[in-house]
Amino acid sequence: MPPADSPPALLFTGRDLACQRGERLVFRGLDFTLPPGGALILSGPNGSGKSSLLRLMAGLTRTALGALSWDRTDIHEDPGAHRQRLHFIGHSDALKPVLSAAETLRFWARMRGVEPDVAAGLARFGLAKAAELPCRYLSAGQRRRLALARLVAAPAPLWLLDEPLTSLDTEAAMQLLDAIAAHRAGGGRVVVSTHAPLELGDAARLSLADYRPAPAELIA
Amino acid sequence: MSAFLTLVARDLRLALRQGGDAAMVIAFYVLAVVLFPFGVGPETDLLQRIAAGIVWVTALLAALLSLERLFQADYEDGSLEALALLPLPLEAQVLAKCLAHWLVAGLPLIVVAPLLALLLHLDPAGYPALVAGMALGTPILSLVGAIGAALSLGARRGGVLLSLLVLPLYIPVLIFGVAAVEAGIAGFGARPDLLLLAALLVLAVGLVPFAAAAALRLALE
Repeated sequence: MPPADSPPALLFTGRDLACQRGERLVFRGLDFTLPPGGALILSGPNGSGKSSLLRLMAGLTRTALGALSWDRTDIHEDPGAHRQRLHFIGHSDALKPVLSAAETLRFWARMRGVEPDVAAGLARFGLAKAAELPCRYLSAGQRRRLALARLVAAPAPLWLLDEPLTSLDTEAAMQLLDAIAAHRAGGGRVVVSTHAPLELGDAARLSLADYRPAPAELIA
Repeated sequence: MSAFLTLVARDLRLALRQGGDAAMVIAFYVLAVVLFPFGVGPETDLLQRIAAGIVWVTALLAALLSLERLFQADYEDGSLEALALLPLPLEAQVLAKCLAHWLVAGLPLIVVAPLLALLLHLDPAGYPALVAGMALGTPILSLVGAIGAALSLGARRGGVLLSLLVLPLYIPVLIFGVAAVEAGIAGFGARPDLLLLAALLVLAVGLVPFAAAAALRLALE
């Protein structure tokens, strides 16, 4: 559904989004616009729909109402193209205990048809020494960093990060902020859900508590 | 290397490093077949008559044993969600995972089946049909099993549910697999039964990816 005023740049937008989980309406009437180089920080209490919104953005689930579009094309028109341009890092790290850190990055990049820059991905998150270590020997923080290293090893224009700071120490959190800054400087965009205060330059903020439906409100 | 082959290679590597799966399937297959002479007695005539049925039925059960893990591990550690968000369609990924499963758990069954048939004094005329039937039938077991494995994701006692879902669907494979061996022994030629198995295989390759991918999407909701 193209907006009336045609925007000059490629925009990633959501219009009048509503999300339903089971019987419950999680949020409704939510709009966002994300230009190239833009960042969006999602905040709100537990259960307010931060993860649900990220999953909608990734195309994993369908919206109950409203539409998400990339450059004025609905993301469900060509799901393959949408998935090609996004990285989604969810709560779980998606690591295999018997694969080494380097093998993990190589696998996920090749699945996207990209020859991976394993060294860059590992170096960005301080994992260079752990390259050949099987993932079962990594600590929780290292596992998280390896999951995030996928972002750098195989570039994609849209990063969707669900609570990326979980189990990261301050140093790793700084590394993530640096990676995000470099990504945005190259025209990439990022959506982050977080509880912790996060400094991302001129990031837009979206508080999901503002879109909570009235208690009795039902999907029409 | 294409994304499809990358996924096959990764599943093979995981199976190889984690070990166990293929070895467990074979060990179960051999042990289960060996139980029969103890149960029904060592008379050659009797064993010879039921050999084809035993070899096929235990093959179905052995294949079932390894199916539970087909998507379960990826589902639990979040890999399945990440896989579903890759450009390669989930349908193609299901095929890739079935291929890897067949190479690990199906191919060894084909190799071991004639040896077990030997143990049960199967008529020599039945061997070509047994091996050919297994070669056509075991991929069907992996494919049809994938639907059950995808549907039982996230269910408690998923393994039992999986057996209940999948075993009835295995019946046609069993019927034509055993019929092929019987026909080979009787000298009718096993061709019609093998062609029917081949038709089932084509059907499974064409339909299973869509059904299993739909079930996986449901599990990821």
